[in-house]
Amino acid sequence: MSSDRAHADHTHEHPTWKQYKWVALWLTLITAAEVWAYYIPAFVASKAFVPVLLIMSAVKFTVVVMFYMHLKYDHKIFRVLFTGPLAIAGVTLIALMFLFNHLRIG
Amino acid sequence: MTVSSAAAAAPGAHEAHEHQHYTTTGLDNRKVAIWAFIGSECMLFASLISTYLIYKGRSVVGPFPHEAWTSPSGQKFGAILNIPVTSASTFVLLMSSLAMVLALAAVENKGKPGYEGLLGSSKFWLFATAAMGATFLGFQAYEFTSFVHEGLTIKTNLFGSSFFTLTGFHGTHVAVGVLWLMSLLFMDMKRGLGPKDTLIVDICALYWHFVDVVWIVIFTLVYLIK
Repeated sequence: MSSDRAHADHTHEHPTWKQYKWVALWLTLITAAEVWAYYIPAFVASKAFVPVLLIMSAVKFTVVVMFYMHLKYDHKIFRVLFTGPLAIAGVTLIALMFLFNHLRIG
Repeated sequence: MTVSSAAAAAPGAHEAHEHQHYTTTGLDNRKVAIWAFIGSECMLFASLISTYLIYKGRSVVGPFPHEAWTSPSGQKFGAILNIPVTSASTFVLLMSSLAMVLALAAVENKGKPGYEGLLGSSKFWLFATAAMGATFLGFQAYEFTSFVHEGLTIKTNLFGSSFFTLTGFHGTHVAVGVLWLMSLLFMDMKRGLGPKDTLIVDICALYWHFVDVVWIVIFTLVYLIK
């Protein structure tokens, strides 16, 4: 029973110090790229600005959740407990944007 | 070795098990609870972010986040958001997450080869995380104070109301996290944290990283997207 519990608690080993260091480096680089993009007027005025920033933010979010919060290595129940409410939150946010005319179809 | 397997293998495993609370899934209920709590927090922050986005660009009077504005007396002001300062505070919060995972690794692997010196010092990493969290709060206090001096309060306009509510809620979460980290540091100094304490540090770490990911979203949606 105890080994089952051990397996359930930590399915895999956590990342190593070197992996943590690389994750931190990537997070820093992406943040620097976001701020750099903010200071390029031509890029800010283009249609690509908002999607690119949202993608970079989503990448950072995913990296922290998967590696620092160990969701990649932990039990799938934790993934469900997190991604379920996150999906509801995301859908609610998008629905409200449509409701208040911040997003439009067509 | 994990917390539960360590407890099972070590002498006195029976007593160790009495202090662990497993659910029918085989998972410790405290870890299930923190993930359920984080899930509920996702919805709380989504509602606050939605409110900010809905009111974005609908303020009748200034100050505005990204646009210059003129006061009723004819005085001209620039955009109120200070991107360099907020970028620095964002960097500090991201690095605090690195310190937090190193604190957890130090506790989990205490006494193991490769975790000697600074890398294995949970006290140092817990202190570093709390110090960076406090630095982030210092940046936020500076930002709030400068906004009030420039005429933006929670009552000024829709931007002020939604901005202070959103970032204020986030700042409160950071403050709670700093207190939590300080309590862990106090425990570490008093009796020392080891592999048997991995779960309590892990729960605090999950909360801290969640506060970090919320800021990642706020930084992009509130500060960078015009």
